[in-house]
Amino acid sequence: MFAETVRQAMQAIARNAMRSFLTILGVIIGVAAVITMVTIGNGSSQQIEADVSKLGTNLLIIRRGAGMGPPSAGRSAPSFTIKDVEAIKEQIGGVLAVAPANTSSVTMIFGNENHETSITGTDNEFLVARDWNIALGREFFDNEVSGGKTVCILGATVREELFGAGDPVDETLRSEKFSCRVVGVLEAKGASSFGQDQDDTVLMPIKAFMRRIAGDQDVASIYVAVQPGFSTDKAKSDIEALLRERRRVDPGEEDNFSVMDTKEISSMLTSVTGVMTGLLSAVAGVSLLVGGIGIMNIMLVSVTERTREIGIRLAIGATEGQVLMQFLVEAIVLSLFGGLIGIALGLALGYVGSNFMKVPFVPDWTITFIAFVFSAFIGIVFGYFPARRAARLDPIEALRHE
Amino acid sequence: MSEGDATPVISLRSVTRVYGEGEAAVRALRGIDLDIRAGEFVAIMGPSGSGKSTAMNIIGSLDTPSEGSYRFLGADVGDFDRLQRALLRREYLGFVFQGFNLLARTSAVDNVELPLIYKGIGRAERREKAIRTLQRVGLGHRLDKDPSQLSGGEQQRVAIARAIASEPAVLLADEPTGNLDTARSIEIMELISQLNDEEGLTVIMVTHEPDMAEYAKRIVHFKDGLIEVDGLNGTPRKPALEHADVR
Ligand SMILES: Nc1ncnc2c1ncn2[C@@H]1O[C@H](COP(=O)(O)OP(=O)(O)O)[C@@H](O)[C@H]1O
Ligand SMILES: [Mg+2]
Repeated sequence: MFAETVRQAMQAIARNAMRSFLTILGVIIGVAAVITMVTIGNGSSQQIEADVSKLGTNLLIIRRGAGMGPPSAGRSAPSFTIKDVEAIKEQIGGVLAVAPANTSSVTMIFGNENHETSITGTDNEFLVARDWNIALGREFFDNEVSGGKTVCILGATVREELFGAGDPVDETLRSEKFSCRVVGVLEAKGASSFGQDQDDTVLMPIKAFMRRIAGDQDVASIYVAVQPGFSTDKAKSDIEALLRERRRVDPGEEDNFSVMDTKEISSMLTSVTGVMTGLLSAVAGVSLLVGGIGIMNIMLVSVTERTREIGIRLAIGATEGQVLMQFLVEAIVLSLFGGLIGIALGLALGYVGSNFMKVPFVPDWTITFIAFVFSAFIGIVFGYFPARRAARLDPIEALRHE
Repeated sequence: MSEGDATPVISLRSVTRVYGEGEAAVRALRGIDLDIRAGEFVAIMGPSGSGKSTAMNIIGSLDTPSEGSYRFLGADVGDFDRLQRALLRREYLGFVFQGFNLLARTSAVDNVELPLIYKGIGRAERREKAIRTLQRVGLGHRLDKDPSQLSGGEQQRVAIARAIASEPAVLLADEPTGNLDTARSIEIMELISQLNDEEGLTVIMVTHEPDMAEYAKRIVHFKDGLIEVDGLNGTPRKPALEHADVR
């Protein structure tokens, strides 16, 4: 009997294929949106974790202010200085490399080509800390670092944009504020989280950066690589103690800087993506609700349109329960169809979106299953009212309906 | 009108039906008594607005009397709830309407299967039964046609097949030939009278055409919501020989 009801529902849906499709469009869009968001969100989180672990498990990043993100609290917190960098190098045990890093954006020009990129003022230890090799040319000479010479090392993307396949070493790049001689090119690292291109960068000695770009002696952040075999946690607490003292943070007062290891960075970034995914999914969820109301609306129209049919069915012996069941099952089958199409579409869009954003494709089968069940649920909730209206029709009135 | 004393299938006593209230009230039935026994073929005649359809709706348990009693095989239908009335229709009654009332975009055989679905009959048996019934009404060659692909006469035969497929005790037909031309009307009347003759199906039929009423064994005249004349038709018309087999 139930199989029969389902079969009849399919027939009724097929009889009005176009309208049925429009009816479930809302559910399709809602489900597809949720699945797409979750898929891409998952992919991004996984990508972030992979990227951050690529940074190395023994890397610490020191920034001013508490925590990551926009340094709102950091604005009032004082910057670091080169002396801080040296103090860490001298006083903390087990460190492999300590590098200052100040970053700004800049447009580099070579000949007729120009390219906007980010420029980081640092030194050779940055390359050690980031485990980054030179592909072409060389590192900075010591006298270039200490003297603040305007020489630079290009990321693979910048080289590609400005020189194509040509050799950039010993060429001179210009920008608005300075010009610099290229001494080397970095190995390509590829895209990172949020599709950011890590190779779209230029390195120059930090003193040159301070003089030509920043105009002050501040150090914005410090990268510390801990030697293999040494505890990053120990190094971290040592650095915290040292910096509290150097920055005169009173006991009991909170740190006005943060030392984060890659695990923390990873969980912080993924939690940001998590929140974004959650918000977008909530919006998508609302559209699912709107989709449900769409189904109810069309089902009500359908009941009115099919009043005569309902009258006939009642006259030839359908019980109230059977008519109710018929319309309810029709609504459920409709919204399940919507759910299935939405899931397929969502997975497809998630796949395309993941590829586009260069993150892995990570479908979430739990959410997919929930979306499926939820669309059936929508059918029940929003189909019940129209179905009950159909079942309660007076057969004579219904038969007289034109 | 009373041969034998078996319980009538249908028994109406002082049945009234009033539509609306107060000044605007319409008294469609003003107290009718009517007994119909198994195997009868009753034609209900009368001018338009005399209450024929109202009476049919009450007999068909699609409507309930304002006053009076309606017994079906001795059971008081006045006590029935909505579900019981639906079950009465499903198990005992078959309806044929003036306007055919087939489901659109649904094949003849699917239409005939419908009441069998509601009876909970399995798929194979149902289909076989529907096909057999359509053959019985002479439409064995039109099984898969939609109503829109069938003539009026054919549509009415599908409707008759649908009404009798579930083997009801009583066939209720409200002006079954009202939308058909004379030749088609005669075919339908001969089919109905055959079902009555050969299968003992009790038939109650509303018509305002005396030619069609001639097929019935008993004719009841309605006027202004009352039964004016109720008598046997001494010489019911029999199906003409050349039409005897409509297949
Ligand atoms: N639903 C209704 N509401 C109000 N009046 C009705 C309704 N149905 C029938 N009537 C009235 O009841 C009377 C009998 O109608 P009906 O039984 O349909 O007559 P017949 O079938 O003999 O032509 C008519 O006056 C008709 O207008
Ligand atoms: Mg009438």
